[in-house]
Amino acid sequence: MKILFFGRLRDGAPAGPVPPGIRDSDALRAWLGRDRPELLDASVRIAVNDEMVLGKRALVEGDEVAFLPPMSGG
Amino acid sequence: MIAVQPEPFDAAALLADFSGRAAGAGAIASFTGLVRSENDGAAVSELELDHHPRLTEGAIAGIEAAALSRFGLTDILIVHRHGALAPGEAIVFVAAAAPHRRAAFDAVDYVMDRLKTEVPFWKREQRGDGAHWLEARDSDKEARARWG
Repeated sequence: MKILFFGRLRDGAPAGPVPPGIRDSDALRAWLGRDRPELLDASVRIAVNDEMVLGKRALVEGDEVAFLPPMSGG
Repeated sequence: MIAVQPEPFDAAALLADFSGRAAGAGAIASFTGLVRSENDGAAVSELELDHHPRLTEGAIAGIEAAALSRFGLTDILIVHRHGALAPGEAIVFVAAAAPHRRAAFDAVDYVMDRLKTEVPFWKREQRGDGAHWLEARDSDKEARARWG
């Protein structure tokens, strides 16, 4: 699984290898949030494979998960 | 047509090309946005734009399609920079061609309001006291709301 951070979230530590028990976006966010509580904030949105995710989404090996803080606009 | 690119662009040259392609339209309106040299009273030495390549292009393509149909445009061009920019550099260019002027003016205004509020860009300013990530302004959200 590939995890990407954008904007101010790039300033934090990169994600380590994801444990096999993490099978959905909620679990991934909670696992990453133990070290980086800013990822738990409701303003941080998630995109999986270039699609915005609303609510919980199942994750499989090879998925690309992007954590997106509030945008500044162009 | 849209482009999201790190390279600088020449707004006058883009407009000349666009005008050549738009021959036959009754009106062309364009807008060029520049990097400000100060923000909130602080001098800005550099502006960096982070983006998500595919989500960002997808969002701009959606705005392009909406503007074409909503205003009955004959052509549209949206060019946006990402990466590191210096004050005074052009950051965004929008041109719209339409049968009549009102549609061309409104389309450019509409595209800018949506670019400012909906497209995944994250801006970081380098100021004298360090780097500052920016968030969308309330005035931009209010401007966007005018279009429904």
